[in-house]
Amino acid sequence: MKKYYPFIPFIFFVVCVHFLTAWTDTLYYLTQMTMSAYYSLLIIGLCAVMGYAGQISLGHAGFFAIGGYLSAGLTTSNLLEYKDTSVVRLLDYLGLLMSGEDIYGDTVMVVIPWAACIFAVVVAALLACLIGIPALKLKGHYLAMATLGFGIIIYRIVLATPYFGEADGISEVPGFVLFGDVVVNGDFSNRVGNYYIAWTLVLFGMLLLRNLIDSRVGRALRAIHGAEDAADSMGVDTTTYKLKVFVLSAVFAAVAGVFMTHYNGSIGPSEAGVMKSVRYVAIVAVGGMAHLWGALIMAIVLNFLSLRGVFGTYDDAIFGLILIIIMLFAPNGLLRINYRYYAAKILTFRRQREEG
Amino acid sequence: MALLHIEKLSKRFGGLQAVNDVSFTVPEGAIKAVIGPNGAGKTTLFNLISGALPASSGSIRFNGGELRKKKPYQIANMGIARTFQNIKMFNGMTALENVMVGRHVQSGAGFISSMFRMPWSRREERGIYQKSMELLELLDIAEYADVEATSLAFGQQRAVELARALALEPSLVLLDEPAAGLNIYETAEVGRLITKIRDMGITVLLVEHDMSLVMDISDEIVVLSFGERIAEGLPAEIQKDPEVVKIYLGE
Repeated sequence: MKKYYPFIPFIFFVVCVHFLTAWTDTLYYLTQMTMSAYYSLLIIGLCAVMGYAGQISLGHAGFFAIGGYLSAGLTTSNLLEYKDTSVVRLLDYLGLLMSGEDIYGDTVMVVIPWAACIFAVVVAALLACLIGIPALKLKGHYLAMATLGFGIIIYRIVLATPYFGEADGISEVPGFVLFGDVVVNGDFSNRVGNYYIAWTLVLFGMLLLRNLIDSRVGRALRAIHGAEDAADSMGVDTTTYKLKVFVLSAVFAAVAGVFMTHYNGSIGPSEAGVMKSVRYVAIVAVGGMAHLWGALIMAIVLNFLSLRGVFGTYDDAIFGLILIIIMLFAPNGLLRINYRYYAAKILTFRRQREEG
Repeated sequence: MALLHIEKLSKRFGGLQAVNDVSFTVPEGAIKAVIGPNGAGKTTLFNLISGALPASSGSIRFNGGELRKKKPYQIANMGIARTFQNIKMFNGMTALENVMVGRHVQSGAGFISSMFRMPWSRREERGIYQKSMELLELLDIAEYADVEATSLAFGQQRAVELARALALEPSLVLLDEPAAGLNIYETAEVGRLITKIRDMGITVLLVEHDMSLVMDISDEIVVLSFGERIAEGLPAEIQKDPEVVKIYLGE
């Protein structure tokens, strides 16, 4: 039961932030908190791959973008002119299409968000398999190389494809009706509801990952990180395990992308940028690598600050700097710095100087 | 009945013939030792059996199945566990968790059932925990269960590694220098432990430099020198073998 204790203060924190912003009449902060939540979902998934299985992915923004762009594309592109083709008829027959109005008041026929979401996540998972199968057979940092290339390709594709809106991205993405009245969209009236939807999703993801880490599978993943050949001779199929956890994290990233896009009502090419992937890696490192809660806390803090524009135009530079500083001075993350050691070091340095 | 049949096994690293046409068998329920001077190819032989290295030629038959071209995890699943000469603990995991990894082949929870903590995976998890604690108690290291394995003393790490190998419930265990770096008391303890493992019905194949330990506990010995088998037999025979005396003491 002990591993579930951190959930209690966390839920308390989420509720407190809501009350505090409502009380001080600053509910607009919840918008950035909601967006931070979706980034956090991606980051805890990445944490499972990096911190526990020891594989670095530099392409998670790519998976996020696949989720976001596919969902946005399918729920905005009008299928009305193809309505007599067999594919569209089949989709309609299966109840996967809905009609609505575009901004000019014309009737449109688009894919329902649930179907788009599932399709986007499946595509992300398949692409993760495609990259992972060759890259993870090898020991070492081949996954980092392969995913770096993958991230760049995805970025260039969304930037060059008219279907994905080229440099403008896709806007006017409809809300995602989860069930009943629960809708993921950017309406101001729905801001509090969306805030709770986002954090429920993150906490659910966290629960799944916490369970995973403390299980037979989690121990096998950590064993791969600890000593891959020893794990192999204990009967752990290291290639398959690395692949599965990588696909799992790609699914987390794609789900985050889908929700974020429906929440914002739009997505642009910057979400697919390589600097975004580097940022996610930096945040996992700041959180302490093999530390899901650390990654989550840092994801909230840093994304919130970044989204509020605290870092200004130096945004990407700040995250690069953070990565360098963490690697040099606190390789186990901000939450696990040995403060006593540094305090003692400073004290002895002073004493030596005084004596000298 | 022989559990492990090694036939004309060879391994070449570039121009170096590390293991050359080696053949021997390991009878079921026995303790068999592989000895030989440094560089004789003993650890290479172990790596060939456990699948860590691919053999150049020859065959390894275990329980009737061919091991050559199998991956280490498949060989572990067939019932062969091993320890390493330079202990390989899993970094960042406690002694108990290290042993629990050893239960991997005896359990089956996958990603989905682990994430959702299905009732059967919880039951299995309890079983893994109990069995691992039993093994730590068997090896007298239960008090260090929650200590990070890499911060334990050398002898204790060896014990954790042994517990981890036993957790697989193997029919054959490969011990690569189990007494390396231990003092005479600890070595004697390891000797008793290995006999105990054999009495549990597990066949043991070990590589060891400590001659008194090898002579004490082994049922059979095979001697390697420069990758070739030069003698095989009972400990008493090996001690008198002029060829063996020559390679150990010189002319």
